[in-house]
Amino acid sequence: MPDPETPYRQLTPAEEARRRKRSIAIALALGAWVLLFFVLTIVKLGPQILSRPL
Amino acid sequence: MTSLTNTIGPDAPAPAFTAVGGDVPDYFALLKPRVMVLVIFTALVGMVVSQGHVPPAIGVISLLAIAVGAGASGCLNMWWDADIDAVMTRTAQRPIPAGRISSEEALGFGLFLSVASVLVLGLAANWLAAGLLAFTIVFYAVIYSMWLKRATAQNIVIGGAAGALPPVIGQAVVSGSFGIESLVLFAIIFIWTPPHFWALALIKAEEYARAGIPMMPNVAGPASTRRQIVWYTVILAPLGLVPVALGFGGLLYAVIGVVGGVGMLAFSVRVLKNREGEAEKRAAMGMFGFSILYLFALFSALLAEQSFGLFRPLV
Repeated sequence: MPDPETPYRQLTPAEEARRRKRSIAIALALGAWVLLFFVLTIVKLGPQILSRPL
Repeated sequence: MTSLTNTIGPDAPAPAFTAVGGDVPDYFALLKPRVMVLVIFTALVGMVVSQGHVPPAIGVISLLAIAVGAGASGCLNMWWDADIDAVMTRTAQRPIPAGRISSEEALGFGLFLSVASVLVLGLAANWLAAGLLAFTIVFYAVIYSMWLKRATAQNIVIGGAAGALPPVIGQAVVSGSFGIESLVLFAIIFIWTPPHFWALALIKAEEYARAGIPMMPNVAGPASTRRQIVWYTVILAPLGLVPVALGFGGLLYAVIGVVGGVGMLAFSVRVLKNREGEAEKRAAMGMFGFSILYLFALFSALLAEQSFGLFRPLV
């Protein structure tokens, strides 16, 4: 039921479902982004990182 | 009181194309996934014909970045061209003209992915490759989409450079520079582009005219376009064999290059001769379809020769 006191309207159930899917997709993309940078860092550092002078 | 987290925007001035937010596949469609596949493929071939080595993980991440960069430029193209997409049957159902995604969303999505893809490629591979990717995105989105496409009949000739650059980026990823191998692949795609697109433009001339795009058949006329298709193909067929002369295309590539080149010439002559009715359509669609097969076969041959030990040198 729209609230007459605000210029906004409520989302329909279909719109809410789409927004939920978009939110999940963004979360997955961000997770993949973090994983990608982790893998990139490990590959760039290489195994020699373990034998660096202390 | 309705929660603002459960609402959408107020009565803002409506932009050209508004929407309440699309499905996830709509955002994926903005990236022109078929173009992305072609870009991954040609960039991969640019990598395998190069002298050099990168760790597999770096190669995969680089290809991903190149693909996302290409997708971002496609997204920016759809943002800019939504008005003409809306009046052409081939593109009217794209997410922006169909009202599933707003112009602003597409612009933000495209810009974010552009910056992110260039950044990732720079960090993963090198900044030459990242610079080339940035150039490709700007060339496609700004030089081609915003300027050339609506300004000149040479739009896809010059704009074709953006589609031809992925092998050069691929070689830059592997070797840190680019050499004759990727420049030859660039030239092949560059010269292949006009006869490929003009074959489609011959059939879609009315739609392009309605959208106000000065494609070659609308500006120079169908007869001139057909002759130009033949001339470009006459250049393309021998150009396709240059990798053999330079020693990075072997026997398999040579066979496919000769057979494919002869096929391209035959299809282009068919386009030249069939000027009316169904025969014209069949000839143009034949040229369009065969040109895709030709380019795919050429690059597949290089990939197979370099990756699966099928290389048999001829020179």
